[in-house]
Amino acid sequence: MSINRRQFFRLAGVTAVLGIGGASVLEALTGKGEASSSQTPRFTTDPKGITGKRFGFAIDVGKLKTDEDYQKCFRACNDIHNIPEFGNPKDEVKWIWKDSYEHTFPTVTEDQIMNKELREKQFILLCNHCEQPACVRVCPTQATYKRPDGIVMQDMHRCIGCRFCMAACPFGARSFNYRDPRGKDANGMPFIKKENPQFPTRMIGVVEKCTLCYERLAVGLLPACAEVSNGAIVFGDLGDPNSEVRKVIESSYTIRRKPELGTQPSIYYVIGGRE
Amino acid sequence: MNNAWKIVIGVVIGFVAVFGFPFYYNLGKANVAPKLKYDTPAILEYEKEHGKKECVEPKEFMAKEHMQLLNTWRDEVVRYGQRIYVNSRGESFHISLQNTCLNCHSNKKEFCDKCHNYLAVNPYCFSCHIVPKEKQS
Amino acid sequence: MLEKALIGGKRYWLWIGALLVIIGVAMTQYLRQFSYGLGITGLSRDVSWGLYIGQFTFLVGVAASAVMLVIPYYLHDFKKFGKIVILGEFLAVSAVTMCVLFIFVDMGQPMRIMNVVLHPTPNSIMFWDFIVLTGYLILNIVIGWTTLHADKKGVHPPQWVKPLIYLSVPWAVSIHTVTAFLYSGVPGRHFWLTAIMAARFLASAFAGGPALLIILALLVRKLSKFDPGYEPIQALGKIVTYAMFANVFFLGLEIFTAFYSNIPGHMAPIRYLYTGFEGHGKLVSIMWTSSILAVLSLTILVFPALRRNENILVVACVSMFISLWIDKGFGLIVGGFVPNMFEGVTEYWPTAPETMITIGVWAIGFLVLTVLYKVAIAVREEGGYHE
Repeated sequence: MSINRRQFFRLAGVTAVLGIGGASVLEALTGKGEASSSQTPRFTTDPKGITGKRFGFAIDVGKLKTDEDYQKCFRACNDIHNIPEFGNPKDEVKWIWKDSYEHTFPTVTEDQIMNKELREKQFILLCNHCEQPACVRVCPTQATYKRPDGIVMQDMHRCIGCRFCMAACPFGARSFNYRDPRGKDANGMPFIKKENPQFPTRMIGVVEKCTLCYERLAVGLLPACAEVSNGAIVFGDLGDPNSEVRKVIESSYTIRRKPELGTQPSIYYVIGGRE
Repeated sequence: MNNAWKIVIGVVIGFVAVFGFPFYYNLGKANVAPKLKYDTPAILEYEKEHGKKECVEPKEFMAKEHMQLLNTWRDEVVRYGQRIYVNSRGESFHISLQNTCLNCHSNKKEFCDKCHNYLAVNPYCFSCHIVPKEKQS
Repeated sequence: MLEKALIGGKRYWLWIGALLVIIGVAMTQYLRQFSYGLGITGLSRDVSWGLYIGQFTFLVGVAASAVMLVIPYYLHDFKKFGKIVILGEFLAVSAVTMCVLFIFVDMGQPMRIMNVVLHPTPNSIMFWDFIVLTGYLILNIVIGWTTLHADKKGVHPPQWVKPLIYLSVPWAVSIHTVTAFLYSGVPGRHFWLTAIMAARFLASAFAGGPALLIILALLVRKLSKFDPGYEPIQALGKIVTYAMFANVFFLGLEIFTAFYSNIPGHMAPIRYLYTGFEGHGKLVSIMWTSSILAVLSLTILVFPALRRNENILVVACVSMFISLWIDKGFGLIVGGFVPNMFEGVTEYWPTAPETMITIGVWAIGFLVLTVLYKVAIAVREEGGYHE
């Protein structure tokens, strides 16, 4: 069923020649003949696309003041990516959300005398797009894999729903489609309130997560949450020493989630020192 | 076990009788291949501009190999980040089932489904990829 | 030889019929799960594996335990196991069949199972588990069937089986080691991140599997004219005793390391399982049931006088089997997910359809086991055996 790139080109090339041969007979009869040249089909990237070595975020929690500052980011993501709302935590699908300091950094256990403002802060959580992702290591079908630009991708076409990646991810970043996201609740309300026709939904039984808006980066747009965050989420290439994100991280105090596990998260939290 | 061969023959006959059912059932019935419609607004528009109707690759290729094309497109976009397809005529297309293919073929019921139903295949493309509603015929 | 499974008394057919009914009912529940999704189970975003994967893990152990008969018989020439090695091998076949089925019912997209083969991924432990389990299934079918066939004819098994038998020994160890690696290789799950996981798995397997074999051997004696014999059962009893002590010892090591080091993450899952955690304690009662049954079985087994009485031995074996089933088939998996990655607690308990599907898979396992044992017993009843 599935063929590789080279086989495809061979197939497409050969059939193209045949096809045009057939068409030219028709064109000769109708007198509409035109010289058509045939070439081997190829694939290329969009020149507008944003490229990099290791994409990541610096999230400046100090710039997130009101609940609306958070919700704006979540809505931007949810609406674009057709995230369903099942109305219960059991079946929940989420790509980006918020949680307390203690839950975000659980290995930094509850500390009663630490800075109160920081302890009571809410943190934005999403896939960490780790440099050494545990989920990629365990996936039996390469449905989840790391791209050369550092994005940890999820190929929902290939996922068999074994949920090994969910057991392996130390950050709880992954959601499973326990139910059909295209379905409706008991009151007949669809789980996806308003579909974005530009982006697919998912299907029952596959794992999904934040893909760092790879589909937007490919056409030159910033990740949706970063775009609407008023500078609280700085997106960029951690592999480029001159990128803005690198400058933010290098010029401030940042922490990452569970660094002791060695997964090397690409999401940095700015907690101070940034003017 | 002197009757073993009788049992084997019996099983074979039973198997053919049961599993051959769809074949007898359709025997002698007219089996007309579906006629696909290429008359969506987007296709007519294209025809007006270019003087002919054509897909990203020749029709014969698409009819036979569109699933391989789509599989390759899928892997190129999702796995290798290659978003543009340059076809055998040298024209570029933005790779997207939802936004490119279905933009022209906005009549899924009269196009995709016709053949798929005829051949009793049930690809899972549309479990995720949204069919444009307003253009559905 | 399979035709021997078609000849049986009323009791045999009643049992087969009952199993088929259970399988049928479970099938309807599986079809419901297939269309509704795994949301029909008690699984959640936080506890993403549960009863199914627990059963899978437990049954890999049961399958591996056949080696406890193979090693003494083939490597140490312990002749007394000669007649019952086949019971171990066929139990392994049935157990691996259930393992595969439990993986299958746990998958979100079961129709894509071949993706594991189409896109082989050597860095995934799941991929290796797939390979070792398939291999073990084939090994045991081939070895069991061939040796039994030779027994039926009263001749030596063909020479080519020998290397396969020797291969099956490390292979049995491999299936449970690889299964342990599924858990012990992931970062961030404190309860699983322990080097002793594979060793503990093997210990519990070599306790639980042979315990089940003792029960089955006694059943075989009761229900058929084939007597597995007193001494082989006693020998198995000793194996069970040593293995269970090792298992409990390993569990003790886990508890010591977690609590003496005083690392909160390591203590939390153990607390959750045995005392409750932050007001959540759904598993506390069954985990203590498991512990009490373990102590009960060991108390019986450690005294040879008690162990020698088969009526008491069977009590020990049943309690041990239940104890290990709770510990490994349930607590081990759930304990890995509670607390979750945010040190919060989401509890898990299987739903009715999930339980029914689980029972259904066990029924399929018992059906396979019954048919295979029926054949083996028939051969033995006809006096078929060759040393």
